[in-house]
Amino acid sequence: MTDGKLRIASGQGFWGDDLDAPVRQVEGGPIDYLMMDYLAEVTMSIMQKQRDRDPSAGYARDFVPLMERLFPPILEKGIRVVTNAGGVNPVGCAEALLDAAGRAGVPAGDVRVGMVTGDNLVPRLEELLEGGHELAHMETGESLAGILDRIRSANVYMGAEPIVRALERGAQVIVTGRSADAALTYAPMIHEFGWSFQDHHRLAAGVVAGHINECGAQTSGGNTLDEWWTVPDLARVGFPVVEAEASGDFVVTKHPGTGGRVSRSTVAEQIVYEVGDPGAYITPDVVADFTAVQLREEGGDRVRVFGARGRPRTDFLKVSAAYSAGYKAVGTLVYAWPDAPLKARMAERVLRERLDRLGLGFDEIRGELVGWSSTHGPLVGNPPPDIPEVQLRVAVRGPDRRAVERFTREIAPLVLTGPPSATGFAGGRPRVQEVMAYWPALIRREVVEPHLRVEILDESSYPGGS
Amino acid sequence: MPSVQLVRLAHARSGDKGNLANVGVIAYDPAHFPLLRELLTPDRVKAHLGELVDGPVERYELPHLHALNFVLHDALEGGGTVSLMTDAQAKVLANAFLRMEVEVSREVADAVRDRGRAPEEVWKREMGGGGEGREGREKGEGW
Repeated sequence: MTDGKLRIASGQGFWGDDLDAPVRQVEGGPIDYLMMDYLAEVTMSIMQKQRDRDPSAGYARDFVPLMERLFPPILEKGIRVVTNAGGVNPVGCAEALLDAAGRAGVPAGDVRVGMVTGDNLVPRLEELLEGGHELAHMETGESLAGILDRIRSANVYMGAEPIVRALERGAQVIVTGRSADAALTYAPMIHEFGWSFQDHHRLAAGVVAGHINECGAQTSGGNTLDEWWTVPDLARVGFPVVEAEASGDFVVTKHPGTGGRVSRSTVAEQIVYEVGDPGAYITPDVVADFTAVQLREEGGDRVRVFGARGRPRTDFLKVSAAYSAGYKAVGTLVYAWPDAPLKARMAERVLRERLDRLGLGFDEIRGELVGWSSTHGPLVGNPPPDIPEVQLRVAVRGPDRRAVERFTREIAPLVLTGPPSATGFAGGRPRVQEVMAYWPALIRREVVEPHLRVEILDESSYPGGS
Repeated sequence: MPSVQLVRLAHARSGDKGNLANVGVIAYDPAHFPLLRELLTPDRVKAHLGELVDGPVERYELPHLHALNFVLHDALEGGGTVSLMTDAQAKVLANAFLRMEVEVSREVADAVRDRGRAPEEVWKREMGGGGEGREGREKGEGW
């Protein structure tokens, strides 16, 4: 930290984001911390599935080769990395990281990897339900007991406290399970500025900074609607960097010479992204009030963010569970002029009738016309008859994998057995996917917090790591 | 009174949380924020989105950002991973939202006429033409 400013760079907005972005963040300008968010609502269930097949898996695997590239520069520059890439196996991820450090030529003993675990509730679900913790669905109120046998993952959103402990113990890289996305950004602020967990306004400011960082370039010119055609050089888009001050005020910016844009508009669009009541944005550490937040452009891709207010945290932590909810598949065909939309709709009817005769028992069949109404639905009415082409997209969902499999064999025949002018089947038969449904719930924090663990892995604790 | 599409007055971003979707609508011109508050009542928003939203619409204000946040219940046919919709995660629900026709004064209509859509010269530069007559195409004419 120089000039009293703590620079926390965003390196990944989701699992599968721009692989070179973290490298550009480390090499493109001064930063103190690199945060990387890998987890969306159902990512943990995907990782759990991978771990079921291979006990050493269950984390963001591409994070390891990335760190192999990053270890030399971050250790040289003193940059620390905070990420939830650990998924359902932070320990396996941390062990793989020590191997990667060895491959990168880092001397044994130079790396300390912090691991934060204890968020996984799956082994405890029966005990919790028996103990009267219903883990009721936050929207429907149903008890989790009804789907217990179909649960694939259940993790509690952890706050900043275990990350701060790992930082205090000198970890250069901290790998967590289901830490709240924003905590990856504000935990370093708490650690470096010595903020108290009772300092609600500063914590809330940290939450706003975390919310701005957690979706990567979506804050710095990517996916921005305001005069999007004027955003420069998206091919080399700079990811956001938060320059935090001890007061809680911060500036959002990006490295010089990168593409993209940081403006009032790009930051405001991200602040409202995936927010319910902006007056009560609930996190594990504080309830933040986004309605008090103010923005001021300072020029040169710099926006000052200030004014956030916070209230004490609630007695609950949020649980994110995923359960198996059947199977789905999506098939598409393109229909050409003349009367393309009419052909597509009539093909859909033929398909539905065939599926009906097969008695496959789907929960839902959905037909859409891509190129006309798949995103605006009933708002746009019928397509004009002379539209040159339209894609018919039919999706099904049901409890029986074989039925969905059968559906995938019904698309191609439409080319020769349905209305004319169908093409675009080169991609082959649709793939059957297991549906993972999301189950949000609350749990009293004292039931979980004693189980959260922080461990430091280095050469001494892991002799196989060189 | 003339009517304009909301896309001329505001930009927006949408997303999902389970079976809820949200659309944050931000005024381009802070002076138009009071107008948006008046025009975009939860009832009118619900009427505009029609079958896209089965449940109630809640509205919140972020006055310093000149923004309104709409929480749409039962908007995604079961939520991000269960839904069979192309836009299962409500990534572009904001765009459907911005199609809304709103009545404004002649003065406002004139002031916002060129906002929110890529100008003709950008179409010419990037596509070799096609930016002209965008208003007509919007309404399904000229095919």
